[in-house]
Amino acid sequence: MSTDIREFTEREYKYGFSTDLDTDIVPRGLSEDVIRLISGKKKEPAWLLDWRLEAYRKWTQKKEPRWQNVHYEPIDYQDISYYAAPKPKKSLASLDEVDPEVRAMFDKLGISLAEQERLSGVTVAVDAVVDSVSVATTFKKRLAEVGVIFCSFSEAVQNHSDLVQQYLGSVVSNQDNFFAALNAAVFTDGSFCYIPKGVQCPMELSTYFRINAADTGQFERTLIIAEEGASVSYLEGCTAPMRDKNQLHAAVVELVALKDAYIKYSTVQNWYPGDAQGQGGIYNFVTKRGLCAGSNSKISWTQVETGSAITWKYPGVILQGDGSVGEFYSVALTANYQQADTGSKMIHIGKNTTSSILSKTVSAGHGQSTYRGLVQVHDTAIGARNHTQCDSLLMGKDSGASTFPYVEVKHPSAKVEHEASTSKIGEDQLFYCRQRGIPEEDATAMIVNGFCREVFKELPMEFAVEAQRLLSVSLEGSIG
Amino acid sequence: MILQIANLHAKVGDKEILRGVNLELPLGQVHAIMGPNGSGKSTLAQVLAGREEYTVNGQVLFDGKDLLSLSAEERAFMGLFLAFQYPVELPGVGNLYFLRTALNSVRKHRGLDELDAVDFLAYAQKRMDLVEMDRSLMSRSVNEGFSGGEKKRNEILQLAILEPKLAILDETDSGLDIDALRAVAKAVNALRSPDRTLLLITHYQRLLDYIVPDQVHVMTEGRIVRTGGKDLALELEQHGYLADAKDHTLPVGGHR
Repeated sequence: MSTDIREFTEREYKYGFSTDLDTDIVPRGLSEDVIRLISGKKKEPAWLLDWRLEAYRKWTQKKEPRWQNVHYEPIDYQDISYYAAPKPKKSLASLDEVDPEVRAMFDKLGISLAEQERLSGVTVAVDAVVDSVSVATTFKKRLAEVGVIFCSFSEAVQNHSDLVQQYLGSVVSNQDNFFAALNAAVFTDGSFCYIPKGVQCPMELSTYFRINAADTGQFERTLIIAEEGASVSYLEGCTAPMRDKNQLHAAVVELVALKDAYIKYSTVQNWYPGDAQGQGGIYNFVTKRGLCAGSNSKISWTQVETGSAITWKYPGVILQGDGSVGEFYSVALTANYQQADTGSKMIHIGKNTTSSILSKTVSAGHGQSTYRGLVQVHDTAIGARNHTQCDSLLMGKDSGASTFPYVEVKHPSAKVEHEASTSKIGEDQLFYCRQRGIPEEDATAMIVNGFCREVFKELPMEFAVEAQRLLSVSLEGSIG
Repeated sequence: MILQIANLHAKVGDKEILRGVNLELPLGQVHAIMGPNGSGKSTLAQVLAGREEYTVNGQVLFDGKDLLSLSAEERAFMGLFLAFQYPVELPGVGNLYFLRTALNSVRKHRGLDELDAVDFLAYAQKRMDLVEMDRSLMSRSVNEGFSGGEKKRNEILQLAILEPKLAILDETDSGLDIDALRAVAKAVNALRSPDRTLLLITHYQRLLDYIVPDQVHVMTEGRIVRTGGKDLALELEQHGYLADAKDHTLPVGGHR
């Protein structure tokens, strides 16, 4: 029994290894020259360099936000390297030419860069991003046969420049907020995805983000466009090595759904959370927003946030098209000294738009979880409806949970509902499980997973299993 | 003897609730403990199951092993089961999943192979039929939204699935109407076995009309004060516990 618990508590972050890759790193610091250098390395068109420089100039005028309910030492933005790329041996003609070191790294992470169907019969196309660049994208050909474009952002800039220019910044502008402006100035890669009119994407698309190099930031950008009547399910996963210094991850994700289109975006975020004393870990400061541009379109965000020292993100939906639907399902877990300030923004503009928010936060150890959400109903949004539910589960006496719901309604026909609850894992529940032969660690994981079930069932099958496992692992050693 | 309790004391804070319990239960028998409210019956059940909020003294041998040194889950692994007076709700945890996890955890510690989902379902369905439990309850969360009767029935199903050596049923009859009581009693009787001891804790004699015990023990003020055959329950029903405590000065286990 006692050895079991020791094994559990001593088990470490499984993805904390680093790989010795030959990496091309730009010296630390940020200036217009660095941005020109990055843009040059990526052989970008002039419009994009101008867009970056504009973002940089806006960024220098912006103040870093301080209203969020998290605490960290000031970040020295001149002490970060803004570009790190595993050096390609040569330009890749096929997936077989991926650097074996990179392939081995992804194998170790459990991500296959081979184009094989999984045992479950579910096929998933993967875009693998290491530090600042995409290193491989699978199933591109099969997707191209139905007109789906799925490639790295850099590749999209080269091959689909018109589409990128049309939609880049259309949902999150290059001056949206401090971190979004920083991202726009220095973003290096990410995924691009375009589903043409009427196409149901035949497989799950996924991007796997890996920070490998030390003292770098990761600034990726993802853009997904679903044309009229199109639909796609997209997954995102993230890990990083264990390092004792904090690393910044400031990403931007933009989704555009046209008439009758449906985008489902799922995240399982497992960046390195720092050690048990709160040393190190990723600062995950991310802007994610979807635009339901067309009528009866739908965007659904599902996120399971178990990693990162600090998580700060509010995936939102702008409900512009009449009858459009926005959804947000979230599980955020903070253990040890992790902090999370996360929630959603639902902006109702079109008529009869509907949104729902379901947020589950779990705080253990010294973890601090905050739900922060904004529901805004414009004067044009006749018949808008929102339902928000925020549930917090506390474990131990040092954890905390807060809820900050903001509601702004400018049309009298709107129906906005908010429910919140806070509970503790009860001694009675644990004793009941233990009396049945389920040890305390397993019982806790079971109760927490039960608490989160409504969110997990929104995840694609394989991810749901992964998410449950991840939650159990993250809670190990945090009881008592 | 599956269970031997000698001079068992239990306190919560300064309050002594068990004041020297002596009790022996042979394997394969059904015993009942009866007694008024506050006599310590439920505390005895909780202490035997390993609830940690009590300060406990004395000796308890379960299957020859020192029970009091074991954690709650270790007691479960050895085959001790408590049907709770107030079964706990576990929102979002599927009943079937809960039962499979419990059974596999117990099997693992007994050196048996774990059952996969398919084998478990086949096994669980047989046991559900035995206790005549509605299968639709299996897909719901553990005890969440169950009626009082359904909760008690679910406890008996867990008993049926875990197949313990000793099952303590803490006021399994409370809150049940007569039909539900009959159904639960029928299920419990189906689980009587030469390899299993049942300890029924109850206020009322009526449960014992349906589950006939080999022996009845009377508990008052934290001690077993009298032991007799099944007729003792009827006598208590007529004369009450208080009369009993005064009139009978020869307790079975009253020494300290």
